[in-house]
Amino acid sequence: MQFLVITLKRCGLGLGLLLAVLVLNFLLMHLAPGDVADSIAQDAGGLDAEVMAQIRKDYGLDLPLWEQMLKYFYSVAQLDLGYSFYYNQPVTTLILEKLPATLLLIISAQVVSILVGVVLGVIAARKPNGVTSHFVTILSLVGYAAPVFWTGIMLIILFASMIPLFPIGNMVDVSVERTGFAYMVDVLHHLVLPMLTLASIFIALYSRLARASMLDVLGSDYVRTAQAKGLSEFQVVFKHALRNALLPVVTTAGLVFSGIVSGAVLVETVFSWPGLGTLAVQAIVARDTPTILGILFFSSLVVVVANLLTDMLYRIIDPRIKTAETSEI
Amino acid sequence: MTALLSVKNLTVEFTTRDGIAPVIDDLSFDLAPGETLSLVGESGCGKSMTALAIMGLIPSPPGRVASGSISLAGENLLQAGDTRMRAVRGNDISMVFQEPMTSLNPVFTVGEQISETLRRHQGLTRRQAKALSIEMLDAVQIPLPTRRINDYPHQLSGGMRQRVMIAMALACRPKVLIADEPTTALDVTVQAQIFDLMRAVGKETEAAIILITHDMGSVAEMAERVVVMYAGRKIEEGCVDDILARPRHPYTRGLIACVPHLLETVSAERPYLQEIPGMVPPLSDFGFMGCLFAPRCDRVETRCWQEKPKVTQITPSQSAACWNLQEAKVRVDA
Ligand SMILES: Nc1ncnc2c1ncn2[C@@H]1O[C@H](COP(=O)(O)OP(=O)(O)OP(=O)(O)O)[C@@H](O)[C@H]1O
Ligand code: SF4
Ligand SMILES: [Mg+2]
Repeated sequence: MQFLVITLKRCGLGLGLLLAVLVLNFLLMHLAPGDVADSIAQDAGGLDAEVMAQIRKDYGLDLPLWEQMLKYFYSVAQLDLGYSFYYNQPVTTLILEKLPATLLLIISAQVVSILVGVVLGVIAARKPNGVTSHFVTILSLVGYAAPVFWTGIMLIILFASMIPLFPIGNMVDVSVERTGFAYMVDVLHHLVLPMLTLASIFIALYSRLARASMLDVLGSDYVRTAQAKGLSEFQVVFKHALRNALLPVVTTAGLVFSGIVSGAVLVETVFSWPGLGTLAVQAIVARDTPTILGILFFSSLVVVVANLLTDMLYRIIDPRIKTAETSEI
Repeated sequence: MTALLSVKNLTVEFTTRDGIAPVIDDLSFDLAPGETLSLVGESGCGKSMTALAIMGLIPSPPGRVASGSISLAGENLLQAGDTRMRAVRGNDISMVFQEPMTSLNPVFTVGEQISETLRRHQGLTRRQAKALSIEMLDAVQIPLPTRRINDYPHQLSGGMRQRVMIAMALACRPKVLIADEPTTALDVTVQAQIFDLMRAVGKETEAAIILITHDMGSVAEMAERVVVMYAGRKIEEGCVDDILARPRHPYTRGLIACVPHLLETVSAERPYLQEIPGMVPPLSDFGFMGCLFAPRCDRVETRCWQEKPKVTQITPSQSAACWNLQEAKVRVDA
C-alpha cells in the first residue's frame, strides 16, 4: 500500500519534470527568430502580409501565448511533436524509428557497466592490495580521463582495423539481407564496440564505487556476525555483503543515467549508430527545431523513466526505505 | 573436572606502526560444560580479542595467533582448517556482540537471519528452519514471534535486536556461548532483562557461557567464575564469591571498588566510589617485562618494574599474578 503511494508520488514528480521540459521547449520555440509563416514565405520567395496573417491564423499563432502553450501540451499528450520540414515527416515518427537503436545502446551499456564494474569492485575489495585492485584504480583513472570519442576511435583502430573482429560502424551489415536470428546476431556484432565505448566510462565509475562500498561493508559488524554464524565465504560475500554494497551503486546508476544518454550522442556519431544521437546531430546542423525539441523531450522521458525504475529497485533492495518514508526525491 | 573449552598459553600478536605487540599475552583458562565464566577488565584489555581468537576470527592482517592452543572437547581449534572452523562457528561456539544496532544485517528479515544458521548447520529445510526460528524468538520472549519473524532489524528496538542476536546464537544449541558485553549498549532496565534471559536460555540449552564485561556488578550477577584481565594478561582468577570477598590483586580490588553496591559497608577510609587512577597502557607497551599495572598501583615496589609477576596459587581455585598480593584478611569494605 505504502509502496503504491510512494510510487504514485514519484510518478507525479516525474510528470512534473516532463512538464517543465515542455514549457522550456515551448519557450525556446518562441524565442527562436521567425515562425512557420516566415519560413513558408522564404520558401515561396516572399508572400504578402494578408497571406502571412492567414497562415498564422491557420497555425494558431495569433492566439495568446498561454493558449498556444496549452494547445502544444495537448498535442504532445497525443504524441504529436510537430512536423519536421527538413525530413518531411512528423517528428514522432522520426524519433520512434530511431529510439530502439538508442535504447539498445544505452541499456546494454548500463547493464554491462554495472555487471563488470561490480564484479571488478568486489574482487578488488576482497584483496585491497591485489592485482585487480590496482587494475581498478588504473582503469578508473583512464576511464575518467579518456574522452568517449577517443576511446571509441582507439577501439575502432584496435578491434576493427588492426584485428578486424568487429565492424567499424552502423547497426547492420547492409550488403546482406538478414532476418530473424541471423539479423539479431548481426546487430549484436555491430553493438559490441559502441556499447563498450559507452560502458568504459561507467565501468570505471562503478568499479571504483563498488570497491569502496564493498570495503566498507566487509568491515561492518553484520558481516562479522555472518562470519561468526559459520556461513560459507560465498554467503558472507555475495549474500550479506554485496546486497548492502550495491545500494550506493544503484543510487549512482540512477544519477548518471542522463550522463549515459548524453554519452550515447557522441558514441552514435563516432560509430554512425542510427539512433537519436545521430538524428540530433543532423537536426542541429539542419536547424530543424521541432526535431531537436522532440529529441530533448524524448530523452527527458527516458531519463525520468529510468529514475523511476532505479527508485523502485532501490526500495526493493533496501527494506529500510520501503517503510520509513523519506522526503528526498 | 574435564574442561569443555581450554585455552592454553595463548598469545595473539598485532603488527602496529610501532612494531609487534602482544594483544593477548600467555593467556590460559578453562571452561567447564554448562558453566558461566566471566572475562573482566577495562577497555582495551584484550577481552574481545580473546573471544575472536576462540572463534578463529582474529582480523589478519594485522593480527596473528603466535602461540598456544585453544581446544574444544579435545580438538585443537588453532589446527583446524577453514572448513572445519566454519562448521564449529555458530554451531558449537557462537557469539553475541556488543552492538545490537549494527550487528544484524539491515537488508534481511530477522527470521531469515536466524533460519539461515539453522539451514546451514542443521540441514533443516526452509519450513523447518522457519518453525524453529519462531520457537527461538518465543524463547527469548519476543512477543508475537510469528509476526516479528518478518520484521527487519530497523523495526526493532536495541533490546529486541539483542534478543534476536541471542536467539540466533543459541538456535543450534551451541556448547559455548560467548557474549561480548551484550548489554553495554542497552538501558539499565533492559540489561537486567537480557541477563535474566541469558541465564534462563543458557540453562535451558545447557550452553557454557563466557560473559565478557568491564563491570564487576555484572560479574557478581551472572558468573560462577571470573578471569580478570589487564593489558592482555590474566592477573587473577577464581570463583566469583572468593574474588568478590577476597580479591588478592590490587587491580581486582580496584575494579570491585568501582561498583559501590558490592561493598558491604562504606567506611571513612573507603569512600563511596573509587576509581583506579590512570589508564590501560597503550598497545605498544603490552608485553613489557614487568608488571603492566605498576604505574597505577598503590602497592608497587621495585621488583614490579623489573620482573613479570609470578602466578601464586592461593587456593586450588584462586590464583593471582602479583609480587605484593593484597592480604587475604583485608576485606575491600574494611
Ligand atoms: N584492528 C586493530 N588494529 C590494531 N589494534 C587493535 C585492533 N583491534 C583492537 N586493537 C587493540 O587491541 C587491544 C585489545 O582490544 P580488545 O578489543 O580486545 O579490547 P577489549 O578488552 O575488548 O576492550 P573493550 O572493552 O573496549 O571492548 C586494544 O589495545 C586495541 O587498541
Ligand atoms: S606486581 Fe607490583 S605493581 Fe603489579 S599489581 Fe602487584 S604490587 Fe602492583
Ligand atoms: Mg571489546
